[in-house]
Amino acid sequence: MSAVSLPKNGREIVKLEDAWKIYQMGTEDVKALRGVNVTFEKGDFWAIMGPSGSGKSTMMNVLGCLDRLSSGAYYLDGKDVSRLDDDSLSELRLRYLGFIFQSFNLIPQLTVQRNIELPLYYLGWDAVRSAQRAKELAEQVGLGDRLGHRPTELSGGQMQRVAIARALTNDPQVIFADEPTGNLDTATGVQIMDVLVKLNEQGKTVVMVTHEPDIAAYAHRRLHMIDGNIDRIEEGTRVTAVHPAGFGPRKELGTPAVSPVEGIAAAHRDAPRAAHEA
Amino acid sequence: MRQTRVVRNIWLGIENLLLHKLRSFLTMLGVVFGVGSVVAMLSVGEGASKHALDQIRKLGSNNIIITSMKSAEEEQASTSHAHMSVYGLTYEDHRRLTSSFANIRQVAPAKLMRKDSRLRERAMELRVVGATSEWFHLVPRDLVAGRIILPADQEQRAPVAVLTEFGARKLLATENTIGQTLRIGGNQFEVIGIIKSESGQAGNIQIPDQDIDVYIPLEVAQRYFGDIFAKRTAGSDERERVELHQIIIQVDDPKNAEMVGAGIERMLGMFHKKKDYAVSIPLALLKQAEATKRTFNIVLGSIAGISLLVGGIGIMNIMLASVTERTREIGIRRAIGAKRKQIVFQFLIETVVLSTTGGLIGLGLGVLIPLLITHFSNMPTVITANGIFLPLFVSMAIGIVFGIYPALNAARVDPIIALRHE
Repeated sequence: MSAVSLPKNGREIVKLEDAWKIYQMGTEDVKALRGVNVTFEKGDFWAIMGPSGSGKSTMMNVLGCLDRLSSGAYYLDGKDVSRLDDDSLSELRLRYLGFIFQSFNLIPQLTVQRNIELPLYYLGWDAVRSAQRAKELAEQVGLGDRLGHRPTELSGGQMQRVAIARALTNDPQVIFADEPTGNLDTATGVQIMDVLVKLNEQGKTVVMVTHEPDIAAYAHRRLHMIDGNIDRIEEGTRVTAVHPAGFGPRKELGTPAVSPVEGIAAAHRDAPRAAHEA
Repeated sequence: MRQTRVVRNIWLGIENLLLHKLRSFLTMLGVVFGVGSVVAMLSVGEGASKHALDQIRKLGSNNIIITSMKSAEEEQASTSHAHMSVYGLTYEDHRRLTSSFANIRQVAPAKLMRKDSRLRERAMELRVVGATSEWFHLVPRDLVAGRIILPADQEQRAPVAVLTEFGARKLLATENTIGQTLRIGGNQFEVIGIIKSESGQAGNIQIPDQDIDVYIPLEVAQRYFGDIFAKRTAGSDERERVELHQIIIQVDDPKNAEMVGAGIERMLGMFHKKKDYAVSIPLALLKQAEATKRTFNIVLGSIAGISLLVGGIGIMNIMLASVTERTREIGIRRAIGAKRKQIVFQFLIETVVLSTTGGLIGLGLGVLIPLLITHFSNMPTVITANGIFLPLFVSMAIGIVFGIYPALNAARVDPIIALRHE
């Protein structure tokens, strides 16, 4: 039925090979990504970190099929998607990806239910099944009684949970979260992170962009970017899903398993081989 | 599934319009008034021209009507006292017309005059029409009672009279009146029939069938009343000599009407020193009226086109603003996986819903106005299927034409930038 589909066979869900992204800003070329090589495996929870201008947002857009590479290759679940056209990328986002944004990005004039249903509308589901699915998901994020409300009637945390429910509607392969707690107070942010951690525990791959170390600490792996390339990769979960006190993550747990230098080296080492395999 | 998506898109469009009720209403006002005025103008125009065309058609499409008219010179001369104007069609014209044209089927001459008449105790002035039996074939009227004038009446110079229904009523004549004596200008006539009256006036042609006509054989009219008529106008006695006031000619085929008309014009021109007659061809008038109607429609169409164009621009303007305002929504939809064409479709449907709703409201307005006009001014108005469906179709087309650019603009929105849009 779909023009574009993923094979869903390998362990690698996301893989960049010598990924370059060059923007034209006036007369100047901005090299947002400079030959990035990285692989994310299924079920991972990644945090992409870095100062502004480091290329982490560009990386996120490319991985989320919202943007295309200038050169290099991007394998999504083993399929090279770097040369696909706009319609095919839309199709991929619709079927395999879920998005959570800092500013929630709910459509204000639609009710909670209609917001959650939105991907199903484009997937061509009928109204009855869509409503059922929306109800399930709303209950899953604890908003079963808010289906008829409009986003403006909800708190920030509730809005983000609606956004998470919407991101889950299409049962995505990867959930991309762009600063998911950026607009929330600490306690609410923790609740949202708990939801993400739970989803990850249920097997969803989560890729999150954040500049807050506290939030990044929820991820298994932290990818630090600088000047359009990977600076270092940290591994190890340092926090668990449940926080009795409701405060920030416990930082004393875990240590980076890979040194920054090794991380880059490993990424570079793996890249050519993967290319041959493909 | 495709169909349900269209339906859902239409609902989505309606919902979005209801979200900004005042704005949507103001936006569609241009189309409302555009369509409303088109429908109203079309129905008024259609009513007027249908009325005119009906009148002309009543005269018969294969008829030619020649009417006696005072020439311009005669008109001036008649200002002096004791002058007798001599003009118009003659018995000789009638004879010549009957014998010279192959395409003429029937000729019906008529002599018109006003005479005081009396039926028992009732007296009134009637318009007397001296006519032949052909007259009743060329200007057919239903019989109410009795019979019409027959060729035998003409041959025998029988003093018989046929009343028209309206005149009969005024004279208190009924079916029982048949056979009684009607006095016309001192002469006695036997009432032989009553026919339906149908007053008809179209432009400047008058057919001698007014409400209070009485028909008598032409020969009798000539013998009893002669050809000289006294007319009293503005204090001066004026006399004129007219043999025949009108001749109606029936040609064998409507397509020969204009040709025969031109021939008659030429023939009369040879025998009349002055132009004291007018030849009118209903078919030619009909064609002319239809041409006028076409021109009228073109003018209406242009006005409609301009008003709808203005309405469309208004819609486009608001839709462009709406796209800017909803950049973020577009970005969200695109990020979730909506294709460009689906965004185009969404905004296009929204615009079409807007313009079509405007069209429907305008249609209601445009139907109401002619009804009010007819109700208050007795002006005939006609609402045709074309007058309804064309503006509706046009308003829908306006939605597409003026919606496509904003919709394409919406689809061009870059989701990455749109999602950062505050």
